[in-house]
Parts: sequence; structure tokens; C-alpha cells
Amino acid sequence: MKLELRGITKRFGALVANNNISLTVESGEIHALLGENGAGKSTLMNVLYGLYIAEEGEILLDDTVQKFAGPGDAMKAGIGMVHQHFMLVPVFTVAENVVLGHEQTTFGGRLDLSAARAKVREISDRFGFDIDPDALIEDLPVGVQQRVEIIKALSQDARVLVFDEPTAVLTPQETDELMIIMRQLAESGTSIVFITHKLREVRAVADRITVIRLGTVVGEASPTATNAELASLMVGRAVELTVHKNAPELRGTALSVKNLSVIDSRNQIVVNSVSFDVQAGEVLAIAGVQGNGQTELTEALLGLQHHVTGSIELDGKPLRGYSVRHILDSGVGFVPEDRTEDGLIADFSIAENLMLDRSSGAPFVKAGNLQLGFRATFAAEKIREFDIRSQGSEMEAGRLSGGNQQKVVLARELSRELRLFVAAQPTRGLDVGSIEFVHTRIIETRDSGIPVIVVSTELDEVVALADRIAVMYRGEIVGIVPGNTPRATLGLMMAGEHAPETKALL
Amino acid sequence: MSDTSVPAAAVAAAPDPGNVKKDGSERWTQTLRDITGGSAMISVLAVVFALIVGAVLIAFTNERVQETAVYFFSRPGDLLQAVWAAVAGAYSALFQGAIYNFRANNFLTAIRPLTETLTFATPLIAAGLGVGLAFRVGMFNIGGRGQMLIAAGAAGYVAFAVELPAGIHLIVAILAGLLGGAIWGGIVGLLKARTGAHEVIVTIMLNFVALYLIQFLLRTPGALQAPGSNNPKTPAMLPTAVFPDLFGPRYNLHAGFLTVIAATIFVWWLLSRSNLGFQFRAVGQNPSAARVAGINVKNVYMYAMAISGALVGLAGINQVLGTVTTGFGAGIDAGIGFDAITVALLGRSRPWGIFAAGILFGAFKAGGFAMQAAEGVPIDIVVVVQALIVLFIAAPPLVRAMFHLPTPGTTKKPAIRAVKARKTNEVVAK
Repeated sequence: MKLELRGITKRFGALVANNNISLTVESGEIHALLGENGAGKSTLMNVLYGLYIAEEGEILLDDTVQKFAGPGDAMKAGIGMVHQHFMLVPVFTVAENVVLGHEQTTFGGRLDLSAARAKVREISDRFGFDIDPDALIEDLPVGVQQRVEIIKALSQDARVLVFDEPTAVLTPQETDELMIIMRQLAESGTSIVFITHKLREVRAVADRITVIRLGTVVGEASPTATNAELASLMVGRAVELTVHKNAPELRGTALSVKNLSVIDSRNQIVVNSVSFDVQAGEVLAIAGVQGNGQTELTEALLGLQHHVTGSIELDGKPLRGYSVRHILDSGVGFVPEDRTEDGLIADFSIAENLMLDRSSGAPFVKAGNLQLGFRATFAAEKIREFDIRSQGSEMEAGRLSGGNQQKVVLARELSRELRLFVAAQPTRGLDVGSIEFVHTRIIETRDSGIPVIVVSTELDEVVALADRIAVMYRGEIVGIVPGNTPRATLGLMMAGEHAPETKALL
Repeated sequence: MSDTSVPAAAVAAAPDPGNVKKDGSERWTQTLRDITGGSAMISVLAVVFALIVGAVLIAFTNERVQETAVYFFSRPGDLLQAVWAAVAGAYSALFQGAIYNFRANNFLTAIRPLTETLTFATPLIAAGLGVGLAFRVGMFNIGGRGQMLIAAGAAGYVAFAVELPAGIHLIVAILAGLLGGAIWGGIVGLLKARTGAHEVIVTIMLNFVALYLIQFLLRTPGALQAPGSNNPKTPAMLPTAVFPDLFGPRYNLHAGFLTVIAATIFVWWLLSRSNLGFQFRAVGQNPSAARVAGINVKNVYMYAMAISGALVGLAGINQVLGTVTTGFGAGIDAGIGFDAITVALLGRSRPWGIFAAGILFGAFKAGGFAMQAAEGVPIDIVVVVQALIVLFIAAPPLVRAMFHLPTPGTTKKPAIRAVKARKTNEVVAK
């Protein structure tokens, strides 16, 4: 079945999640939708699946315009979705899950499970899935659960299948098997939309590639395109950023990280034996496509991760294994990646947010009492110094714009006496003016002799700020290169390749 | 890349099955926040509406109204008059039983209902403060019953079994009770912090543990049981450990009311002037940001539940050392631990709001008896009115949570919450 999206526009309030996106998927084609997290891929697919109603644009199946009021309509029209997070009931059997929502009953309202079993067997035989219809979902490995999702979609006669980040939860072997299944499905005439941000998979399986960035289609590519081309399409930014900075004044190694590994709550190694040094007075940028271990690395530095091995030393003193409180007191300033979640308390006033990480001692607290007078003066001063546009220090932080919220976080972190400054995605979601402000502040911090780590998925930001660039891929540092490394090389490294010239630099 | 809300929106639409439960619990946390975080106006309106519905019920159940309704079309005036008489009579009896009795001969007698109201309000305010404090830290303490019983048992034991000079005896008994409540609440905090156990489950279970423990002790000679008695009841408190009457023996109001005023001031200071309270509120509003800011979230849960338990325990102390000084049984909590939830909700979890709400509920209790005695209106009407107040306060967010409707505000909100759910639980689990 041929699927066509024409001029889809979806807004959330002031934010345009999808801007005039058009896309055609031919029958039997695997069409990859490539883009960073937050580019608008999932929103687009939710529009297709009837979960969101687009403000503009239309959906066509075999050249007929469709109107979907909900997922039910989309399913009836032949669209199936394999969600990133499976929509299965763990305590039900495979057959029960497959018929869930479309149960056939015999006389007296009894479930006709034998028909369901037969259907599961028929589909799983067709694709060689080898699935027992009576197995409980919770007993099955993740890869098999995903096949149940596929069967579920196929049992509704889906002829367009959307895979939303299907490999996020799979092991490499399961991923390879999924690729084969996708190929088989395509050969039997099913159209497949494959959403991902992993370049390797796209090139392995896709017939055509559409790259989405910031809610718009920025380009189409064929699977023969190089990783570097795809990566630069994905992460590039139209606005050129320039930060005025002089050559760094290096003052000796301050932070030394050796063989640092992090295991996450799902027992997966997300940072794998990473080593690097940061000198006082330089900016080390950590680049990479989102989800390659950067978040966990910064969290490990701050003591927020719990299964960390290796060593972290700041000015010769070990940091690993200490509490967040101790690490903050050791002079680490931290701008978290998710400002609204980890950086601020939305219902607290600006003044309260400015003292958030100093709630246990002087100067904000004396003998258990909050020093409200001092806090008000301090807040007024910081609001002026960091140009936080607000209605005064008692205004709730949640009512500030994103840029001003980030200024509150920066003001708080930079007003302590720092020995290391870590900024994760410091300009995510900010307007150009705020970006410039944040960048200037970061360079000022560097020039005052503090080692700075900037984690960013945006190549322009990395290039603008970095004195050295460490590129992460799959939890490892692919290489550490000078700040003036060409973007093409960085793009290659972000795709996990040790290009000859980058190897030479290592 | 430029905005975090897009992927998050998708997350909201397609939640992780592993996170569904967490998403659900987060929804309830948000509901809790909505309920406790609204404006005082909603509280006032809720009371007004509840009284109006109560009036309708009073009218319906009134015999005279029923009689006149039969010939409504021939003489409608009779019905309206009967309705007015029933409602006005009931509410004026409520008022006279709770605030000021106009029919009394002198002022000192006339003002007696007000002191009754304050006497009833005393344990409600104390327990309400405890529940409200837990609300502010993002926790639901429904273990009021258990905490009150343990505190009452500890304070009562010191009060009847230990002999100390007057004054000191009372203070030691109070401290023993506070400690008992703090331990019973602290266990909950400890379990939540160390194992991630949900405080609702733990508090409910500890209610049973406390009840049966106290019942056992009440049947054990040498423990709480009165010597030479077979009844599950303690001996009378020694006079040295009893709260003195505030205005002489003519009124029931005792010095326990002063402890409750002190507790209210303490909670106000704690929440708005102390750094511990700052950390409490930070954890209550956004545990992940609190954690990133170096606040020890686990310790906050433990301290908060211990203080919450001590405050609820103060209600139990007031019961045994002030209201029922002749010895108590296992029913000494009198459902106050649960009424306290209502009081905390009506008071929006603000110390002075809870103080006011406690007095209002005390007035309902005091006036309810008078209403029943004077007008024959069943006291259940008062309970219905109380229930309606909670319903009106809690209903909008409750309905939203039940039917998964979006919270009014930006479309971004559910998205942020989906992510928050994961972290909130991680904070607890770690």
C-alpha cells in the first residue's frame, strides 16, 4: 500500500513540532525517517496513527485521502504501529495480546482463543517467527515481544507498518534479526516506515531515507550516502554561531577521568571505559549523537549514577563514590541537560531556585534559619548580573521563558566558587540571543581558569566553544581531537568511525 | 533538537509499559499537588457549596417539609416556609452549638460552645498539621490512626505509670508521645527511603500493627491495662500529667490547645523559614531537581515522616492527656487520623489554613450534637457536609486523574510529567 503524507503541520501551543512535512512511502518500500531526538519524528507518526490531529495537511493511502479520529480508524485503514515501548499486557498470553481490542467471541460471549491461536501460528509460520501462542508475554525476551507486536499489527491486516525506534531496546543480534524480518515484510508488499536516529541501521535496511530536523524535512538521501553526510544533515544548524574567544590559557590538568564505566538501571553498560583529562582554562566539548552515553557520563561526574567504576579525580582529589552534596561542595558546577526536570523547581521563586543547591549552610542558612534578607539581595543582584527578564525575584521560575530559566541555572552554578564547570546541552531550546549569552558566559568561565566540560549534540555549538572535542559513540570516546577539526571528520566520528585522519590524531 | 517538548510529547502518547505504573503513580502525585496547591478561594467555595447541599438534605428529611410538599400546588407558601424553618433552625442550632449560645443567661455560659469547638479542634489541627506536612513533601500519610495510637500509648503510659513532679511529668509524657509518633512515622520514611516501599501501603499496614499492638498491651497486666481490671482499658492519668484547664473547670478546653498553637507556629517556621523545610518543599515539588542540587532525598523522606508522625502523635497525646483523662481504650484515636486528611486538604496543607480548617471541623463536631439535640436533625448530616467539602475540593483533579484528562495549562505539561515519573521512582529506588 502506498502511503503519502502531504504538508503535515502539527503545533503544540507556540511550538511547531511538524512543519509542512511531506513524505511518500511506496508499496513494499522501507522508508527510514532519520532525525535527532526531538526532531519531530514521533509526532509525525502519532499524527499518522491518529493519536494527534494535524492542524494542516492530509494523509493519503493509495491516493485516497484519509481522516483518522483515533488509532482505531488508522488500524482499520491498514496502518499498524510497533511502538518503541511495547503495548502488551505482560500477564496475558501471546494469543490474548494479539486479539486484545478485537476479541472474537463465540456463543455467550466466550473468547474464541483457538481462532486467535490459529492466527498467531499462521502469521508466525509465514515469517518463521517460531512463537508459541500460549506463552506468557512476561516470559519472553524483548526481541520476541517485539515480534508479538508485529504479529498484532499484521493480524489486523496492516499494510503500512510503522516501527518507532524499534532497536532502542534490542541487543545487536536481535537488531540484525529485526532487519531480516523487516526485509521479509517489505518483500511481501508491506510498506514500512522505520524511525530511528541510528545511522548504521538506516544504511543497512532502508530503501530511502528522509532526514527531519526541528520539525521540517531537511533532505532526502539514498542508503548509499555516507554516514558523515547523514550525520551532518541530522545535526547541522542553519544559524552560524560565533563566539569571540582567544586561545586558551592552559594551567595544567585539573580533572582526570580514567577508565570510567557506567552501568544503568537496565544493567547495560552505557559508558564504557572512558578516559580523558581537562586542563584548567580549557573547554572540552563532548560531542555525539544523543544517547551515546553523554548524559550518563555527566551524571557520573556529579555522583548521580550509582554503578560507576574507574576513577574521577579533580585537582588530585577523588570524586567517584561521593554524594552529590560532597561533589558540589568540592567545587563542581553543573548545568543539567533537562532544565525543567533537573535544573529548576518550577513552583519555586527565582530566589528560592538560586539557593537550591546551597540549602544546608552559609551564606543562605544560619542555624537552620533561612536568611531571607540575604537571599533577596543575592537574587536581585543575580537577576541584574545575568539579565534575567522577570517580574522580580519572587516570581515563579516556571513562568520564565526557557532562556531566562537557563540564566537562573547558570547564575546559581556560576555564583559558587568553582573548580570544574560541567554544562550539559546548555543551549537546548533557547533562542539565538540566549544562546549567545550562555556561550559568552561559558567562555568567561574558561578564561577565569576553570576547566569546563560542555556536552552538546549540536555540532555548531561544539565547534564554537571547544578547545578540544571528545566524540562519544556507543558509550565510548571515539577520539579526542582539536577544536578546529573539520565538521566532516567530526560527523564521521559521531557515526562511530575512526577515519584514517582521526586515527592519526589519537 | 532545539526543543525538548517534542520527543516528550511522543513519550506521553506512547508510554513505556514498564513505566505505566509509574506514570499512574505520578498522575496521582500530580493530583495530590493539584488538590493541595489550589487557592484558598476553592476551600471557601467548597464549604459554602457543601452547606448548601447539606441544607437541601436537611429540607428533604424534615417531616414538616414532607407534609407540606403534598399540597404544594394549593399552598406553596407552606412548603417554602417549612423549608426555611427546617434549614434555618438546623443551621442556627449548629451555630449556637459551635460558637455562641444566644439563649444562655450570661456571657460565660453563652461562649461555652466556642470552647467546645476549640476542644474538638485541638487534635484535628495537630493531626492535620502532620498530614499536611507529609503532603508538602509529596507523601500521603494515612497512618494517622497508628501514629496516634502509639503516641497515646507512650504518653499515656508515662502519664499513669511514672510518678514525677507536676509540670515535669506533663512535659515528659508529651515528649514520650511525640517520640512514639515520630518513630511510628519514621519507620514509614525509612522503608520508603531504603526500599522504595510506597508510604500509602506502609502507613495503612502500620495502622493495623499499631491497633493490634495497643489492643494486646491493653490486655496485658503491667503494660497498659489498668491493674485489677479485666477491661482493655488503661487506668486514669495521674493529675500531674494532665493538661490543666485553660479557663477553669466550667469549660472542657485544656492547655493542649496551646500545644497545638505552638505546633502550628512550628510548622509555619519549619516550612517557610527553615532550611530543612526548604529541602522538604524542594523534594515535594521536584525530587529529581532536589537530588541534582545535592539534597539527600532519602533523608528528607525520613525526617519528614518522623516529624509528620510526631505531629499526628500530638493529636493522640491531646486525646489522652486532655480530653479523655480517665483512661483510654483502643478507640482513643476516634477516627481523627482520617479526619485529619480532610482537614489538611481543606487547609491546603498550609499551617494556618489547617488551623482554620481544624477549627471549622471542630465546630461541625460540637455543633452537630447541638443540632441533633435541638432540631432532631441527624448528626450524619454533618458527616455528609464534611464529605461533600472534600469532594468539592478534590473532585476536579480527581475526575481529571480518573479519566486521564489533560491538566489545564500548557500542552507541554503531560510530556514533562511522563519523564518526571521515571526519575521520581528512580530517586526512591536508589
